[in-house]
Amino acid sequence: MEEFDSEPTVTWIPGVNSQKKQMCFDWGPGEMLVCETSFNRKEKSEMVAGCPFIHIIRKDIDVYSKILRKLFNESHGIFVGLQRIEEELTGKSRKAQLVRVSKNYRSVIRACMEEMHQFAVADKDSARGRQFSSQVSILSAMELIWNLCEILFIEVAPAGPLLLYLLDWVRLHVCEVDNLSADVLGSENPSKHESFWNLVTTLVLQGRLDEARQMLSKEADTNPTSAGMCRVLGDLMRTMPVLSPGNTQTLTELELRWQHWHEECERHLQDGTFASNPHLESLCKVLLGDDAALLEQKELLSNWYHFLVTRLLYSQPTVKPMDLHLYAQSSLDLFLGGESSPEPLDNILMAAFEFDIHQVIKECSLALSNWWFVAHLTDLLDHCKLLQSHNLYFGSNMREFLLLEYASGLFAHHSLWQLGVDYCDHCPELGRVSLELHIERIPLTTEQKALKVLRVCEQRQMTEQVRSICKILAMKAVRNNRLGSALSWSIRAKDAAFATLVSDRFLRDYCERGCFSDLDLIDNLGPAMMLSDRLTFLGKYREFHRLYGEKRFVDAASLLLSLMTSQIAPRSFWMTLLTDALPLLEQKQVIFSAEQTYELLRCLEDLTSGRPLCGEPDVQQLQDDDIETTKVEILRLALARNLARSIIKEGSLEGS
Amino acid sequence: MEEIYAKFVSQKISKTRWRPLPPGSLQTAETFATGSWDNEENYVSLWSIGDFGNLDSDGGFEGDHQLLCSIKHHGDVMDLQFLDQERIVAASSTGCVTIFLHHPNNQTLSVSQQWTAAHYHTGPGSPSCSNAPCTGVVCNNPEIVTVGEDGRINLFRADHKEAVRTIDNADSSTLHAVTFLRTPEILTVNSIGQLKIWDFRQQGNEPTQILSLTGDRVPLHCVDRHPNQQHVVATGGQDGMLSIWDVRQGTMPVSLLKAHEAEMWEVHFHPSNPDHLFTCSEDGSLWHWDASTDGPEKSSLFHQASLPSSPTIVISRAQGSPGRQIAREPGKRNSFRQYIVEHSKGDRAKWKRTGSNTLMTMQKSEESRMMKKN
Repeated sequence: MEEFDSEPTVTWIPGVNSQKKQMCFDWGPGEMLVCETSFNRKEKSEMVAGCPFIHIIRKDIDVYSKILRKLFNESHGIFVGLQRIEEELTGKSRKAQLVRVSKNYRSVIRACMEEMHQFAVADKDSARGRQFSSQVSILSAMELIWNLCEILFIEVAPAGPLLLYLLDWVRLHVCEVDNLSADVLGSENPSKHESFWNLVTTLVLQGRLDEARQMLSKEADTNPTSAGMCRVLGDLMRTMPVLSPGNTQTLTELELRWQHWHEECERHLQDGTFASNPHLESLCKVLLGDDAALLEQKELLSNWYHFLVTRLLYSQPTVKPMDLHLYAQSSLDLFLGGESSPEPLDNILMAAFEFDIHQVIKECSLALSNWWFVAHLTDLLDHCKLLQSHNLYFGSNMREFLLLEYASGLFAHHSLWQLGVDYCDHCPELGRVSLELHIERIPLTTEQKALKVLRVCEQRQMTEQVRSICKILAMKAVRNNRLGSALSWSIRAKDAAFATLVSDRFLRDYCERGCFSDLDLIDNLGPAMMLSDRLTFLGKYREFHRLYGEKRFVDAASLLLSLMTSQIAPRSFWMTLLTDALPLLEQKQVIFSAEQTYELLRCLEDLTSGRPLCGEPDVQQLQDDDIETTKVEILRLALARNLARSIIKEGSLEGS
Repeated sequence: MEEIYAKFVSQKISKTRWRPLPPGSLQTAETFATGSWDNEENYVSLWSIGDFGNLDSDGGFEGDHQLLCSIKHHGDVMDLQFLDQERIVAASSTGCVTIFLHHPNNQTLSVSQQWTAAHYHTGPGSPSCSNAPCTGVVCNNPEIVTVGEDGRINLFRADHKEAVRTIDNADSSTLHAVTFLRTPEILTVNSIGQLKIWDFRQQGNEPTQILSLTGDRVPLHCVDRHPNQQHVVATGGQDGMLSIWDVRQGTMPVSLLKAHEAEMWEVHFHPSNPDHLFTCSEDGSLWHWDASTDGPEKSSLFHQASLPSSPTIVISRAQGSPGRQIAREPGKRNSFRQYIVEHSKGDRAKWKRTGSNTLMTMQKSEESRMMKKN
C-alpha cells in the first residue's frame, strides 16, 4: 500500500472559504480547477456573497518562469542527445560520454543560475527579486546534488581520485573564497588585511595549498619574526603527498609517504614550532586533520560536507567509496553538534554518500518544487544502468514515471508542449498512451498549429488522434460556414460520415440557391471523391452540370441516368435529377435513347409509387403535393414524347 | 569556419525579417524583426546584430543579438513584413492586421495603424462574426494585401482606414500565402494545392487563372516570386516539395523537386542573386539551393533540364549532436558560402538573406535560438 513519506502540503487558495462554501474541482492536464458551488436558492443574498471565480491551481509553477524556460529548452536537446547514445558503446568511451552529458546538464543549470542571479541583484528589494534569489538557491542546490551524483554514480571514482573529485566539488560550491582572495590581494598590505588569516585558513581547508603558501610568503615578508615559522609550515604544505593524475604511484606508496608526512607535522606540533603564533599553530592542526581544530573553523567551512571533505583530505586521503558514508554520518553529527536537525539537502547528500540512489531521488522529489531535476537525473542514471532492479507499484518504472510526470507539466504549459512530445517518445511502455491523451487536449487556435500537431501524430502513426483532430477542425469549419474547408479536413481524416454530412450541406445549399458554392474545391476532388457515396454523388452531379454547360448533352444525359440507376443519388434528390432531365428531353435532337427513356420512366414510377400516404395532410402539404403532381405530369409528358421520338429515330436509323 | 551564435529567448518565434536597407546602400543589414507565436503573451521585437563598437579580431561582429525594443502583440504573429524601413506589418491569428512604427530615436515601437477583424468568419456557430486568423501578408508600399483562413483577400493602403478592396469567399479553403505578381496582380496559394492569380482591376470574386498539380491536392504553404522574372514563382508544399512555376505556361509546374521531409514553411529567392533559393521546413532544416553551380553553362533555376536534382547542400543529422550543425560542401566555389543549419528540434527555421554575407536563422518552436554567421 501507498504510504505518505511526509505530510502533503496544503495549498491556500485566496478568496475561497472552504469552511462555509461547498467546493468542486476538476482535474486538467497538470492543473486543477476549483470553484465554489453554492446552491442555496432560498436566500438570494447568500448567492451574491459567493465568490464567482474559478481558480486554477497549477502543480508545476516553475514551468512558467521565463528563465527556467531556457533550462527546459536547452536541457531538452541534451536529453534527446543522450537517448541517441549508442548502446554498443561500452566501457570507457561510454562512461566518458555519460560524464560529458552530465556536465552539459550541469552547465545549463549554472548558466540559468547566473542569469537568475543577475535578475535577483538587479531587482533586489522587491518580492520578485526575493523570488529570484530563492530560485537561485534552489538551482544551486540542484547543481550541488547533481555534481555529487556525477562523482559517485557516473564517474564511479575509486579510492584516491575520489577525494580529488570531492575537493573540486567543494571548491566549486564554496566559492566565496575567490572574492575574498581578490579583496585581500587588492589591498595595500595584504597581510595586514583583517581577513588575511581567514583567507589563508579557507585556502588550506579547501586544499589549495599552493595559494596558501604564497599568502604565507607575503606574511613572512612583512613580519620577519614569524618568517622562520612560515617557511617551515610552507615546506610542510609543499611536501604533502598528493595523488596526481599522471603519476603511476600505487595507493600503498601514497599511503606510506602520507604517513611519514603526517608524523612530521605531528612532530612539529609536539615540539611547539608554531607555539608563538596561534594562527600558524591552528593551521598546523588543520593539516593534521584534527577534528576539534577543524570544528573551530566552522564559520569558514560553512557546511558539513565541506567539513567532511577537509577532514578526509587531512586524515583519510585514500578513503574508499564504500567507507564514505561512515565519515559522512560522523561529520554531519559533529558539525551539527546536536544543535539543529538535518535539512532536506543534508538528507539528500547523505543518501548519495550511502550510495542509495533511490533514496536520493525520493528525497529530491519531495524537496524540489518541479520534476525537471529528478526526471533528468533519473534518466541519466538509468542510462548508467543503475536503476534496473527497482520496480514501482505504479507506472512502469521509475524513469518512465518521472519523465512522464515532467512531460505532463510541459503539456500543461501554453507553449512547451512540443518538448513534452519527445519525452513521451522515449518512454517505451506508457509514453505512447500518455502522448495520445495529451496531444488531443492541445488547444488548436490556428490551422497552422493544428498542422504542427497533426505532423506529430502522423509521424507516430497515431491515426485515431489524426482523425479526431481533423474532425475537430472540420466541425469548426462547418460552424464557421466554411464548407470547403470542412470538406478538405474530412477528406484528410478519411472520415466518410462527416464527408457525407458536408456533401449534404452543399446539396442543400444548391437546392436553395440554384448554384454551387466552392467550385474550386468540388471540381478538383479527384480520387478523394470516392471517400463517401454522397461525396461521389456531389462530384458527379457537379460534373453533370459542367457537361451540360459545355453542351455535351449526350454525355450529360447518360451521367444523369447512371446517377439514379446506380443508386448513388439519394432518393430525396431524384426528383431534382428528373427535373434536370427535362431540358434534355425537350432538346431538338433526341438525346435519351428509347432504352434510357424506359429507365427514366421506371425511376419516376419508383419514386411516385414508393411515396407513403400521409394521414391528414395540412394545407401547405396539399399545396406542395399539387406542385409535385404537376411536375410528375410534365415529366411523364416529356418522357412520352421523347420515347416516341427516339423510337422513330432508332427505327429509321436501323432501317436505313 | 563560420560560427553560429545561438541564444535562447524564452519565446517561440514564428517569423523573422531583415529590415530593408535604403536603396543604393552597400551596408549589411544589421536589424531584424521577429514575431512570436503560441506564447501566452506574444511580441513583435526588433533586434540588432550591429556594431556596438566591439568588433572582434577578424573584423566580424560580436555574436550576440541585442534586443532593441519589443511591443506586445495580440494573438500569434502569423506573418510579418517590413512596409518600409520604419514600419512593420504584422498579421495576427485574431484576424487583426497591425502596422507598427519604429522610433529609432528612443528605440520604441508603437501601433501606427490597425485593422481589427480584417479576417472573420460568419456562420451559425459564431454569435455575430468570429475572428479568423490572418495567415499571410505582402507589402508593396503603400499597398498591403492580406489573406486568411476565411478565404478572404483584403487590399489595404497604409494611409486608408478602410480596406480598399475586399474579395469575400475568394477561396473555399484556407489561403496560406500571398505574393505580388505584376502590379496590380497577386498570386495566392491555398490548402488544396492551388495557385490562383487575381487581378484587382477586375470586379467580382473570380480569379483570372487557377494553377494546380492535378490529383494530389497537397496543401501549399508558401510562395515567393522571382525578383527579376515576374512570371516565375516558387512554392513549397506540405510534403516538403519545392515547385517552380511559370505562370505564363500551362497550369503545371515547370519543375518539381523533392526537398524537405515535412511541411515547407517558407521559400525565398535571394533578392539580388535569384539563382539562389532558400527553403525551410518543419523538419528543422534550412536548405540553400543554388542553380548557378550545377551544369557547365549557367542555367536558370526554372529550367528543368539543368536543375540539380538535389540541393547543393545536404543535411545530415549528426548523431548525438543536435542543433547548431553546420556542414560545408567541399569543392564548390561560388560567391556564397554554402552551409546548412540544422535545428535540434523539428521546428521551423526562418531566415532571410541579405545582400552581403550575413545569414540569420531562428528556430521557431521549442524555443527560439537565434543564429548568425559571418
